[in-house]
Amino acid sequence: MAQVTENAAPQKAASQSSFKKLAKRLLRSKTGMLGLIIVVFVTLMAIFAPLLAQHDPAQTNVVDRLLPPFWSEGGNTEFLLGTDNLGRDILSRIIYGSRISLMIGISAVLLAGAIGMVLGLIAGYYGKVLDFIIMRTVDSLLAIPNILFMLIILAVFGPSLLTLILVLGGTTWVVYARMVRSETLSIKERDYVRSAKAIGAKDFRIITKYILPNVLSSFIVIATLNVATTIILEASLSFLGLGIQPPDVSWGLMLSDGRQYIATSWWVATFPGIAITITVLGVIFLGDWLRDVLDPKIKE
Amino acid sequence: MKYMGQSLLKTIPVLLLITLIVFLLVRVTGDPVSLMLPETATEQERESLREAMGFNEPLAIQYFTYLSDLVRGDFGDSFRYNTDALTLVLDRLPATFELAIASMIIAVIISVPLGILSAVKRNSFFDLFITGGAVLGKAMPNFWLGIMLILLLSVTFQVFPVSGRGGLGHLVLPAITLGTGIAAEMTRLIRSSMLEILGQDFIRTARSKGLGEAIIVNKHAFRNALIPVVTIMALQTSTLVGGTLITETVFAWPGLGQLLVQSVNIRDMAVVQAATFIIAIFVILSNLIADLIYRFLDPRIKYD
Repeated sequence: MAQVTENAAPQKAASQSSFKKLAKRLLRSKTGMLGLIIVVFVTLMAIFAPLLAQHDPAQTNVVDRLLPPFWSEGGNTEFLLGTDNLGRDILSRIIYGSRISLMIGISAVLLAGAIGMVLGLIAGYYGKVLDFIIMRTVDSLLAIPNILFMLIILAVFGPSLLTLILVLGGTTWVVYARMVRSETLSIKERDYVRSAKAIGAKDFRIITKYILPNVLSSFIVIATLNVATTIILEASLSFLGLGIQPPDVSWGLMLSDGRQYIATSWWVATFPGIAITITVLGVIFLGDWLRDVLDPKIKE
Repeated sequence: MKYMGQSLLKTIPVLLLITLIVFLLVRVTGDPVSLMLPETATEQERESLREAMGFNEPLAIQYFTYLSDLVRGDFGDSFRYNTDALTLVLDRLPATFELAIASMIIAVIISVPLGILSAVKRNSFFDLFITGGAVLGKAMPNFWLGIMLILLLSVTFQVFPVSGRGGLGHLVLPAITLGTGIAAEMTRLIRSSMLEILGQDFIRTARSKGLGEAIIVNKHAFRNALIPVVTIMALQTSTLVGGTLITETVFAWPGLGQLLVQSVNIRDMAVVQAATFIIAIFVILSNLIADLIYRFLDPRIKYD
């Protein structure tokens, strides 16, 4: 019983001081700090988009089409980063585009994480037939490229915001399932789980009280890093015309406009790409730092 | 050989699962006929196709018919090109292979020396530079790099053609685009597997014998690092295939990826199914080969 309190209780008691410790460690890590700053910045940009954007991102304006950024000849400060082929302000579109990137990145990861967590816990805890079925499905999904499944599903259902989230979440859960299962397998053999079982704790209680909290740190690390991957996947699908549809704004969609006008207007494709790269970089830095702090076990 | 037979057998359930998913997606959701005909088809055309395809049969029987058609290579006709879907897909394969192989060569040329050097000079400025570059390569969307290369080397300095397939010149930009993306991942993996080997006992023994650092790295460490490197290479096939889909679209490269993306956009399901199936077989086979090479290079590995 000593084991039970030792492992379950300290989490709450220590949370206040460990938060301070965490903040101190974050200040010491240059890339971690940079990652946090970028992520906070992009999040604020997404939340306050209507206040920050000078123009309506969907407002077309034939007179001002393909204007260069303000520092180039022919550009003006009304459109700081220039305009696209329909005369829409690129800066405003980048600001609004952060909403789609973050929303899809986070909700698809939450969906995938939830599916993977539940299936991983079931496979690891109960084993046997359930484990076999779940893990064979995982193996099959891992055997072929994610994007292939996504394309088939999008071909059948047609692209929309909801389909996109479901497709991204529904195909990337395997990573979590695998990790959660293997951690569950080792945790369930530990003494405090055994003693909980011995005093008659129900499966549900054991899973949620003793196993889940111990899987959580690895889970958070993987989920954070997967936000980065998901943002890139969304941009790729939107670039291919299979993701976000106009008049919604997505960085990937902006890049596909930019590709068409690359010969005459470099700025249309350049800035959205920079936005994606910086955002993803921020998420990766944050995730790497979290990994170092929360879970020294996981290697690259 | 026994192991190879077993591995081949293991791929069958994977392939079956893929066919089942595709079958269910295409047949069960909505009206399959509307996916097979262009949107302009008349009601009469739809009805006669429904009859001819046997969509009134029970699902299990339909799946069986579907499977036996697949085995005979009959995926149906593309409504856009009015030809057999499989032939269409196979015609595009050489272009995709060309791009994939060129990209892999570039990825290996970049990642093997850089990965090894950054492991050997761990924590040096050089190492920091390489690992930083690898992270940047991961954060940068591949297709954006492609567009930027077009901007720099086709538009500003007209060195390479903007798009299409032709001589070697056409191949350079798409291959760099796809190759560097894979190189970023491979460099990281090679670095960490090299680091692992450099920390092992036999390296310490070699050092304590007084062997020079060059001999240790080249003869002892690199040889052993080759095993994971080869495996890493083969396992990148999945990334490579995913990458061709987008890279081919950026550069209007007439390969399988471009065909698949176009077909998804116009819902040419016969082609989508044929392409998916061919790609899946290709990826599964290369994973299998990776497994076999791994086993061959490191006889200590036992599978059961």
